[in-house]
Amino acid sequence: MERIRMEHGSGGRATGELIGEIFEKAFSNETLSQMEDAAVVAGSGRIAVTTDSFVVTPLEFPGGDIGRLCICGTVNDLLMRGATPKYLTCGFILEEGADIEQLKRIASSMALTAKEAGVQIIAGDTKVIEGSGGVYINTTGVGFVPENVDIKASNSATEDVIIVSGNLGDHHATVLSQRMEIKNSIESDNAPLVEMVGKLLKENIEVHVLRDVTRGGLATVLKELAQSSGKVFEIEEEKLPVDPQVKDFCGLLGLDPLYMGNEGKLVAIVSKKDAERALEIIRSSRYGEHAAIVGKVSDGQPVTGMEKISDEQAENEGGKTIGKLILKTRIGGRRVLKELQGEGLPRIC
Amino acid sequence: MTFGEICNYLREYDGKPFTFMEVCGSHTAAIAKFGIKDVLSDKIRLISGPGCPVCVTPSAYIDKLIELAKTPGYCVVSFGDMLRVPGSKQSLSEAKSEGAKAVMVYSPMDVLKLATDHPDTTYVFAAVGFETTAPIYTLFLEEAIRRNICNVKLLTSLKTMPKVIDWLLLHGASIDGFLAPGHVCAITGSEYFDNLAKKHQIPFAVSGFGDRELIMAIYGLLKMAENRETCVKNFYPAVVEGKGNEIAIKKLNTYFSVSSAVWRGMGEIDGSGLLLREEYLRFDAGSTGLTEDAKRNKGCCCGKILMGQMEPKDCPLFGKVCSPDHPQGACMVSYEGSCYQYYLNQR
Repeated sequence: MERIRMEHGSGGRATGELIGEIFEKAFSNETLSQMEDAAVVAGSGRIAVTTDSFVVTPLEFPGGDIGRLCICGTVNDLLMRGATPKYLTCGFILEEGADIEQLKRIASSMALTAKEAGVQIIAGDTKVIEGSGGVYINTTGVGFVPENVDIKASNSATEDVIIVSGNLGDHHATVLSQRMEIKNSIESDNAPLVEMVGKLLKENIEVHVLRDVTRGGLATVLKELAQSSGKVFEIEEEKLPVDPQVKDFCGLLGLDPLYMGNEGKLVAIVSKKDAERALEIIRSSRYGEHAAIVGKVSDGQPVTGMEKISDEQAENEGGKTIGKLILKTRIGGRRVLKELQGEGLPRIC
Repeated sequence: MTFGEICNYLREYDGKPFTFMEVCGSHTAAIAKFGIKDVLSDKIRLISGPGCPVCVTPSAYIDKLIELAKTPGYCVVSFGDMLRVPGSKQSLSEAKSEGAKAVMVYSPMDVLKLATDHPDTTYVFAAVGFETTAPIYTLFLEEAIRRNICNVKLLTSLKTMPKVIDWLLLHGASIDGFLAPGHVCAITGSEYFDNLAKKHQIPFAVSGFGDRELIMAIYGLLKMAENRETCVKNFYPAVVEGKGNEIAIKKLNTYFSVSSAVWRGMGEIDGSGLLLREEYLRFDAGSTGLTEDAKRNKGCCCGKILMGQMEPKDCPLFGKVCSPDHPQGACMVSYEGSCYQYYLNQR
């Protein structure tokens, strides 16, 4: 089996061969093939830029691999501001001993996913360091935001509806199963949500906020969004979509799907009047079949039947609500949810 | 009565006020998770007891783990929570960042693989737990002996339930009934608590860990308390029997004998722990004599909270210097700790 050696990072012949044999072959496009110091591409208007580094172990897992992940993660981050993703750059940090065949598979998975997402990989870099065969990838994404689009975390408004685009925790449960050598048929949900977001915007749904549900899980994401807008988010346990196998897996290990990461799911906070239509659009889009309305946004006043909340106004400071996330449990109890505490599971993406 | 009617009954209950203690840490976590307290009338008060294995571990035990982790040729292995529990000076996790050797596993059995892969290192497993976890350590020892793996040891801090419940009641805890731990009873049988119920004239309801199971057991306990039924009732019959698991009990008696044990904040309680028997002491990493129970922060009220005498929110440190990211006491470390759960769900 051929492996990465230090000389692959020398900048000389071996580096050239590695890039030519793997990356250029897989990502081939006009801009990249020019092999200039910087890519020069067309584009104008409001530019969205994001960057993310991927350090997942294992590198390949059921339903995906670090290659698919590093495209989806960055593409989805662009989409969450309403941008149309256009270009990606990628930086590889390879540890000595990395398996070259596996690297080829990763590159080809990146190419395939980029094609699916409609983005071009226009610049790249490779470094080799001492180590034991690890592969780390950074991707930076560039997209363009149409003039009339304004999607941001602080936009949640009272009476808005909270939609989740599918089952919670699939990616997290997949990586954890692999690391713990637990056999099951859970697969990662890593996917680019281009079609879903594109359709929501095209159909003029009044989308206020989009967020992808990654590390920290739905609870962490919603708590952050509640804080950004100073609103109270109320979600219902019974409505949360979770695959039965993931539910059992979580039950067995004492994990909570609310705090488990995904890599191909989003939360959409949309105006009440468009909620049903938005749900329909998400459900009919690729990767959205299990979407569900899970809750709503309120202005923080006690809701009928939930009187007890009034004596816990601990989070109200000077009359201003800081932002709260409340889960209504199956039996009608309530939990005030916080962001993920402690470290969770490191290196899931 | 339907389940919904029972929930309504508990919500609208306006009779004599009762205080019930859930002894088991998993119950504490489940009660918070399902929002059970929110379903109960103010007249039904649930308090958490000393049933989180991490929480009741005294500082001397943590200090000993750290000492072992810093000893050349040794590596401490534990469940995740244990790494963050404060000892008298630091936690295992802090010692680790200074070079001490400690790793986290999901099962004690993982230690056997580590030990065979690295024969020059002695692996010490932080064997904490109650009647539920203890049988797993017997399987671990059995397997180590069978495969002749000599570079594994246990530092035990194993505890048992009846004597500490007895101690609480003798020391003036005002409790009207107990939600008995379903997992412990799966091993010991529900009859395990019969004598206590008789001695202290107090009801015990054995409960499972689902939302419905907990509600049914709380309803059952309420009825028992109202009717002054001082016995043990099993509301977890799918898993718990009267007599318990004979094989597990036999294994426990083979490897361990009853001893006194030190409980954080409560001190030494006779007959409330388990230690390795003399013939297996070669597997012991120094578990006896770990009696010191120093607080890292003088204001820490973990002891009173474990005894049900104080609610987490009444501790002067709670939510200020003590939070899950900077725990001052063990109750804020563990997922099963009452302070951790209170912090997470109630504020």
